Amino acid sequence: MSSDAAPTKKPVKSVDLHVGDAVPGCKKTDPILIADGVKRTFGGLTAVDVAHVEIPRGAITALIGPNGAGKTTFFNLLTGFDKPDTGNWSFDGTSLAHVPAFKVARMGLIRTFQLTKALGLLTVMDNMKLGATGQRGENLFRAMLPFLWRKQDDEIEAKALELLGRFKLDAKKDDYAASLSGGQRKLLEMARALMSDPTLVMLDEPMAGVNPALTQSLLDHILDLKTQGMTVLFVEHDMHMVRHIADWVIVMAEGKVVAEGDPHSVMQDQAVIDAYLGQHHDQDLGATDTGHVEALKELIDDEQ
Amino acid sequence: MIDWGAIFSNAAVELVSPTTAAYALAALGLAVHFGYTGLLNFGQAGFMALGAYGYAISTLTFGFPVWASVLVGVGASVIFALILGIPTLRLRADYLAIVTIAAAEILRLLFTTNTFRDVTGSANGLSEYKDGFRALNPFHFSGTAGFGPWVFSANDWWSILVAWVIVAIACVLVWMLMRSPWGRVLKGIREDEDAVRSLGKNVYAYKMQSLILGGVLGTFAGMIFILPRAVVPANYATSLTFFTWAILLLGGAATVLGPVLGSIVFWVVLSFFSGFVARAVEAGWLPISEVQSGQLRFILVGVAIMLMVVFRPQGMLGNKKEMSFVK
Repeated sequence: MSSDAAPTKKPVKSVDLHVGDAVPGCKKTDPILIADGVKRTFGGLTAVDVAHVEIPRGAITALIGPNGAGKTTFFNLLTGFDKPDTGNWSFDGTSLAHVPAFKVARMGLIRTFQLTKALGLLTVMDNMKLGATGQRGENLFRAMLPFLWRKQDDEIEAKALELLGRFKLDAKKDDYAASLSGGQRKLLEMARALMSDPTLVMLDEPMAGVNPALTQSLLDHILDLKTQGMTVLFVEHDMHMVRHIADWVIVMAEGKVVAEGDPHSVMQDQAVIDAYLGQHHDQDLGATDTGHVEALKELIDDEQ
Repeated sequence: MIDWGAIFSNAAVELVSPTTAAYALAALGLAVHFGYTGLLNFGQAGFMALGAYGYAISTLTFGFPVWASVLVGVGASVIFALILGIPTLRLRADYLAIVTIAAAEILRLLFTTNTFRDVTGSANGLSEYKDGFRALNPFHFSGTAGFGPWVFSANDWWSILVAWVIVAIACVLVWMLMRSPWGRVLKGIREDEDAVRSLGKNVYAYKMQSLILGGVLGTFAGMIFILPRAVVPANYATSLTFFTWAILLLGGAATVLGPVLGSIVFWVVLSFFSGFVARAVEAGWLPISEVQSGQLRFILVGVAIMLMVVFRPQGMLGNKKEMSFVK
């Protein structure tokens, strides 16, 4: 099972990220992303209704919650892939409301997707090169004059090779991305996101469908991002992974932030247990088993 | 007995004819749209009609010189692309398909309607716009010249030369663009536009540029198309678009030379079929009338394309490896 995997190095946890009590919406000492009153409804269903949340800079923050809690929708709203009904949110002090997704990405907020979006009929190298921003040759008119962009393109290629080496994909660089395995595509997507030197990397379920052997290297790569000074926000269901690498955990349920805190204390929070297990989890309702229930029970046992 | 020499020499004429070049160029425009960007343009006939009418009307009604008439045609198709693209490029690919097929028909009907008879010539179309183009002809000889089956008049040689030079320039241009970072973004959009958006590219602007570029190629194709014939609105029906698509799929969608090879094969084979069938009917080999034989060639072309798509779906020049990953 993938949840047995642990990063090879002992992660260095960031502490003292918040000001005051670790309650939902608490202030952070140095927030990079602040969302205020972000609400998104689909017809009668309120998918996301976040009153206030701050993401700490330079740390790894996990966004967890049961299925349908609105995590991915919240991701989409923050990155401009979906528009909220109301709300403000800012990144590094710049308001992101009504900013299209591509401009959000140019500001240094890069995301990946739950369903991996490797560009299948492009080679792995072309996938990587596409990740670089500010390319002169991406202008239609300059594209016709190779001498204007050739040098920059070579630099991008060198950088891509270095990144591919780190992610152990360099042997695959001339293959179509479609020929990679699911886990390799996750790695490629992450490596591609790094081509633009982002300040905040948002990973939507980086571990979904990845085999245990790769899980470990993925965890190491996520920890590497932090060592290199990037901020990471990720959605994950795998509680062991969250506990291993996250410095801060935000729990969503039914579109709202119901708890925040460091991974150890947040797992004990009554609101979190209620969100995952239901408020009547003490009573036997028969077979209501889900992966989370087991994972969380396991975790609670671990802690005790 | 069947005159094989005539059948083959007619087919050989198709090999170089400006019509073949026009279809190649229009299909190259579709390759930019569909093969590289993933845009479904079913209105290439509309872009071609704008080239043809833009050129002919500027020359006849306004007396513009050749270069200005060409610019008018190109300008009209850029505006057409913007009108098509602004509302639809934010939506899924199929909306563009619906809008383009309708818009091309609207254009054809506008050119056919009697209301604008003075300018468009209505159903009779336009002719007599070729003087300016012929005045530029550097070939001066009377009668015909050439070798083998390729014996043409000076004006025909001039049309052939201009047509294929434009095709060659367009091929080099598209080839260079598709190897550039700009082309890389287009191919990324074809695969998954959300992924490209998440990497900081303005997908909408790239799709618009692609729509305009492919449309302008279609416009030039429309201008080449009217070199050996008159401008007649009936030529710009949806069948023109679908022949162009057939050529594209025949040659290979995401290739530069595929559309050119596809167009040559399409027209040579079509000419060969029709020549063969017509003479076979005359010789009494086939139990059908001459009118029926005219339709039979399109049936044979249809069968040939179906076989092609079944047994070589990547087209003649396409990359077999690409097909193994298509869902």
